[in-house]
This record gives sequence, C-alpha cells and structure tokens, in this order.
Amino acid sequence: MQRVLIIGATSAIAEAVARIYAKRGARLFLWGRSSSKLQAMADDLGVRGAVAVGHASLDVNEIQEHASMLDRAWNELGGIDVLLIAHGTLPDQHQCEIAVDIALREFATNATSTIALLTLAAQRMEQAGKGSIAVISSVAGDRGRANNYLYGSAKAAVTTFLSGLRQRLSHHGVNVLTIKPGFVDTPMTRDFKKGALWAKPSAVASGIVNALDKRLSSVYLPWFWQGIMIIIRSIPESIFKRLRL
Amino acid sequence: MRRVGRSWGRYPVTTEQVVTLLDRHAPLPQPDHGFALPIGNARSYGDSCLNDGGTLYAIRGLDRFIAFDPTTGILTCEAGVLFSDILDLVVPQGWFLPVTPGTRFITVGGAIANDVHGKNHHRAGTFGHHVLAFELLRTDGSRIRCSPDEQSDWFSATIGGLGLTGVITWATIALRRIASPWMSAESHRFANLDTFFELSQASNQDYEYTVSWIDCAAQGNALGRGLFSRANHAPNPSDAPASPPRQRIGVPVTPPLSLINPYSLRIFNWLYYHRQRKSVRHDTVHYQPFFYPLDGISDWNRIYGPKGFVQYQCVVPPTAAETTMRELVRTIGNEGGGSFLAVLKQFGAKPSCGLLSFPREGTTLALDFPLGDQRTLPLLDRLDAIVADVGGAVYPAKDARMSGPSFRKYYPSWEAFSRFIDPGLSSSFWRRVTE
Ligand SMILES: Cc1cc2nc3c(=O)[nH]c(=O)nc-3n(C[C@H](O)[C@H](O)[C@H](O)COP(=O)(O)OP(=O)(O)OC[C@H]3O[C@@H](n4cnc5c(N)ncnc54)[C@H](O)[C@@H]3O)c2cc1C
Ligand SMILES: NC(=O)c1ccc[n+]([C@@H]2O[C@H](COP(=O)([O-])OP(=O)(O)OC[C@H]3O[C@@H](n4cnc5c(N)ncnc54)[C@H](OP(=O)(O)O)[C@@H]3O)[C@@H](O)[C@H]2O)c1
Repeated sequence: MQRVLIIGATSAIAEAVARIYAKRGARLFLWGRSSSKLQAMADDLGVRGAVAVGHASLDVNEIQEHASMLDRAWNELGGIDVLLIAHGTLPDQHQCEIAVDIALREFATNATSTIALLTLAAQRMEQAGKGSIAVISSVAGDRGRANNYLYGSAKAAVTTFLSGLRQRLSHHGVNVLTIKPGFVDTPMTRDFKKGALWAKPSAVASGIVNALDKRLSSVYLPWFWQGIMIIIRSIPESIFKRLRL
Repeated sequence: MRRVGRSWGRYPVTTEQVVTLLDRHAPLPQPDHGFALPIGNARSYGDSCLNDGGTLYAIRGLDRFIAFDPTTGILTCEAGVLFSDILDLVVPQGWFLPVTPGTRFITVGGAIANDVHGKNHHRAGTFGHHVLAFELLRTDGSRIRCSPDEQSDWFSATIGGLGLTGVITWATIALRRIASPWMSAESHRFANLDTFFELSQASNQDYEYTVSWIDCAAQGNALGRGLFSRANHAPNPSDAPASPPRQRIGVPVTPPLSLINPYSLRIFNWLYYHRQRKSVRHDTVHYQPFFYPLDGISDWNRIYGPKGFVQYQCVVPPTAAETTMRELVRTIGNEGGGSFLAVLKQFGAKPSCGLLSFPREGTTLALDFPLGDQRTLPLLDRLDAIVADVGGAVYPAKDARMSGPSFRKYYPSWEAFSRFIDPGLSSSFWRRVTE
C-alpha cells in the first residue's frame, strides 16, 4: 500500500492524481489551504477506495510551520512513499512589473516555499532511503517569455533545484521527478481561451502517476511539449527577444 | 469565460458567460451577465440547458463523491458527478443506477432537473423516484434540504424543474442491486404497430427493461415495423469476458452537409430491420452496449452537419396510444423525414414526482430530425397538434422549438411551478415558452 503526501492537494491536477492513488487503495495525507475543500476531497477519496485520508491546512508561505506539518504527515502515514508538491499561482505579470512586493510574494509562493519544503522533505527521504519526490514545475520554466517571466523564473528555479536534488538523492534510493505540464484546463487558467493544445487535468494526472511508477526523472505532459520546448529553447536569444509568443 | 454554447442538438447557438463551481460549500458567485442557469454535461438536446446572453453555472466542477454504503446501495455525491463515474464505482461492488437514460455522460443534477427516464420506466418510474434527498442552493445564499418528507414542495418543484429552482449541490440516491454487469436480452422483430403493443403488454410484467426501435420509412401494412428489445440483469455467466467490449470511435469534424437525408435513412432503416435474420434473438450482453449504444461513438451528433438537429419526444395517454401512434408515424413517414433511431416505449402508471416531469402513463415516441431539412419545423408543429389533441406532452429536455401555448397545455402546472423559480435564474427555454 502506497503512502502519499500531497502539498497543494486541492489543485485540480493534484486532485486528479489523488483519485488514481485512492483507486489503488493508497493512504493519503492532503495539505492545502481550505479545510472545507480538503474535507470534501477526503470524503471523495475515501469513497473511491483510499484506505485512509488525513488532511490539514496551511499556507505554504508560512515557512516556519513547515517542519511541524511535515512531521505530522510523516507520523500520520507512518512514512512516505510518494511526495507530490503541486501548489502554485499564476501571477499577473503586469502587476509583477510595477510592484516589487507582488513580484517577490509570487516568487515566494512558486519557488521559495517549494525549495523550503524540498529541503526538509529531502532530509527525511534520504534517511528512509526510498520513495519518490515529484514536483509540478512547468514548461514555462524552460525559457523566460515577456508575458509570464516571473512565473517562468520561479519554475526555472524549481526545475534547477530538482535537477541537483535528483543527483544527490539518486545515491540514496530516492527518485526525484520534475513534471513539466503545458497548458492544462484548471482554475489557474480559467480565463484563458482554450484550444487544441490544452489538456485535461485527468490526462496530466495519469501521466504523472505513470512517470512516478516508472521512476522517471523528468516528464513533459502531454508528451508533445517536449518537441515544442526543444524548438523554443533552440531559438537564438537575438531572435527570441523579438518574438511575440 | 465567455463561450459560444451548444447543447447536444448543436441548435440553437447561444453566447453565455461560464462560471465553474468548484466548492459546494461556497456561495454562488454573483453573475455579472443577466440571469444564471446551472448546466450539467449539456446532454440535453435543445435550449433547456442554455441561457443566451446570461451566465451558466458549470456544475461539472462539483464532481466529488460524499458517501457510499456498499451494503445498502445508498450513494451521496455532488451534483456534477457523471453517471459514468457512478457506474465505474458501483458496478464492481454489485450495484447499478436505478434509472438511466440512453447516455451515461450526464450529471446527477441534470438527471434530477429533467427527471430522466429509462427503459425500465414501467417498473421503476423516473429517476426522481430514487432520489432520497438533495440540497438546493439559491442565488440569495439560502440552502434548502429537500426530500420526500422535508420541504416536499421544493422537492417536487426541483425534480423535473429544469434547473430553475436553484442549484442542486449534492444528492442522495438509492441504487439497485445487480449480480453482474451482464444483461440477458432478447430482440424480437415485429411486423407492425399492433404487434408492438401486444409484445409490450406481454413483456412489461417479466422484463425490467423494454424498448423498441421502429422503421419510420415503412408504410401501409408494415407501418411501425421494428425490433422490440427486452432484458433483465443477468446472473454472472461463467464464460463472460472480464471487461466490456472496447468500442470508441468518433466523428472528428462536422461535415459541411448533413449525412442524414431521406436516401441514407431509408437504406439505414431497411438494413437495421433486416439485420436480424431470425425473428427472435437471445444474447448475453454487457450493460454498456445494451444501455448506451451511442456512447461508443463520440460526438455522433456531428453527423447532422453544421445546422444541427432537433429531437422530438412525445408521450400520449394509454387510451389514445394506438390510434395516435399510428397517426404520428404515418405523418412522419409521409414526409420522408424520420431518423436513424425512432424509439418507442410504453411508460408505466407510476405518477412522476416532479411538478413538471415529462413521463406519464402512455406510449412515448422519440426521433431525430435534421434541421438542414426545411420540412422539419412545420412537420413538428403538426405532430404537436396531434399530441396536444389527445392530452399528451413533449419532452423539454429534447426540445428547441415547441411553442409557448403548446408547452403550457402539456404542463398545466407551469404556473404553480413558477412560484418556486429562483429570481436569479432563467433559461433560453423558459423565456421561449413563457414570454
Ligand atoms: C444519446 C442521448 C440519449 C438520451 N436518452 C434519454 C433517455 O432515454 N431518457 C431521458 O430522460 N433523457 C435522455 N436523454 C436526455 C438527457 O438524459 C437529459 O437531457 C439529461 O438531463 C442531461 O443531463 P446533463 O447532465 O447533460 O444536463 P444538462 O443538459 O446540462 O442540463 C439539463 C437540465 O438540468 C439543469 N441542471 C443541471 N445541473 C443542475 C444542478 N446541479 N442543479 C439544478 N439544475 C441543474 C440544467 O439547468 C438543465 O435545465 C438523452 C440524451 C442523449 C444525448
Ligand atoms: N494549469 C496549467 O496550465 C499549468 C501548467 C503548468 C504547470 N502548472 C502547475 O501545476 C500546479 C497545479 O496547478 P493547477 O493547474 O492544478 O491549478 P489550481 O487548481 O489553481 O491549483 C493551484 C493550487 O495551489 C494552491 N495554492 C496557491 N497558493 C497557495 C499557498 N500560498 N499556500 C497553499 N496552497 C496554495 C491552491 O490552493 P486553493 O485550492 O486553496 O486555492 C490550489 O490548490 C501548479 O504548480 C502550477 O503552476 C499548471
């Protein structure tokens, strides 16, 4: 039986992942912000087959509380096989350009909090000598673009941090998975016009669980984003700076 | 998000602001565009799930189970849970939906708001008969817990209430026990309408599910010929394959013209009728192809071309059933219209529990008409006149065109119902038939 801790559990993508584990009869601990949403999600996962579902709410920016929260999750589950970090916000890039405090707060939510969580969780996982850490980064972290480079740079920090962490933990039996979704139809992207490139959270979730099962290092979801990002990364900066994409 | 809306018939085309509901405990967001209307999975055919110029509350985001007791089969879930999700959960545990329409891609809220019926109407009544309780969230923020004995007036206004009394946030339903996912089914070829009524009469007692397909193109002595299907849930057959047959093909694009025309129809109907060589066939079939033959073809509604189609479903009372059905089928056949699937079924005597529920004792006929064909709308008006004359009714869930006077004649309790309408809600359908 798998023991799964999800941070940012009420995210649409994370909830879809949790349903897959519930169906497998996993034990879960959900960490989110809204206790009514967490309770509704826990009831649902119980009906779907989860053996036990605990939950607790905490804003990830309350970094001083991370350690006690992680202790609680570790104790309740009796150890952790899969840690998924999924929380995130999509900042208004324009606001980030005119207000330093907004830019830094958004960077904290999307990067600093995740780095703090990973630092503590890695110690525990390293000690256990097994399990997987998966973090939802983004294709946006592969290259900065004018219309969302605050978000992109936060995801780039996470991606790079994970790459180093992966090297370190690979000697200790712990797999580290970087998840790079493209466009996903979730509350985060509610106001975007959706087209053919958009994926459903359930499809991305099965890709995530599949990558976890196979202990992959990094995955683009859906797969075709790998090709798109190879092209985008290969454009010389002198040309890229003039593009509108 | 603004969207261009379409229901299953791809007609009419509307524009509305869509707001997805994600948390059943949260109050309803105030619409910034006119009236609001809850929308489930948009499997209604016409405009009853549309709200042109207004707001839609997308309920699919409320898709959580709340509780399920596998010993009693009592299920509580949020209103946006799909029937397909319920089946995936409960069939392996020996339970089945008490009533299901011909598609499993509908929500629990949509099933209540149209008080849907299935092939077992003569035994089980409508979906509303199996609803034990639900919560209604009004736009003023109040919440009404409804059941047959709590706020029962709100209960019966909301069942079949077309989404107008408030948003159903969750519901509790009673499931039906099954021994296996398999059905033991029989198909009988019948030569005309008289034989249909005889077969139906003879089957209602011993078969939980009955339905017929008829060939609308056949006239004269063969008027109303077709295939009669009857079935029961089967015990677990020893030789059953482990999983249902996988069949999911799709219609990827809308063809520029309707593929349905008098020629293709006549050929299809002839082939369908003669497909079965023996006059009786027995089969053990999985519940999916049995109940949901069309769910295997995604976006099949596109075959009618860019103009879309309307479905017409009426019910006529038992005393007038035989003569009226004959008249309806003859009128349709004379026009060369009619459809791939003309479906005929006898409803049972159990009165529906909703103020505006469509099902009532008698015989029901349902068929599709392409809107590209100019004869369609005048023909449907003629059918309406026939149905109204004998005190029948037409199903709003499948309607995009009935007139206000026809609606009010079919549903005399519409005025009593109006008192329960949430002042913040309205639909394209409701404005069309009452204004
Ligand atoms: C292939 C096919 C076969 C069908 N066969 C049958 C059949 O055999 N018998 C039958 O009865 N019907 C049948 N139907 C029609 C279908 O079952 C109904 O239209 C059903 O109500 C659709 O549910 P939905 O979730 O898609 O709701 P929608 O079509 O989105 O909405 C239906 C109504 O429910 C209201 N509503 C939705 N959610 C809520 C909520 N949470 N609270 C309050 N109101 C709400 C909407 O406002 C609207 O008035 C069939 C449809 C198709 C496409
Ligand atoms: N959607 C996309 O197109 C896309 C593409 C690439 C990557 N991603 C990434 O995928 C992940 C999941 O996002 P999603 O698309 O599923 O969107 P979502 O449903 O909006 O999820 C975001 C989640 O983050 C939580 N959150 C935000 N700030 C928080 C904070 N300070 N403390 C605790 N929790 C906080 C939110 O909590 P509440 O529920 O309480 O609001 C919410 O559950 C994110 O990391 C996102 O960056 C998304």
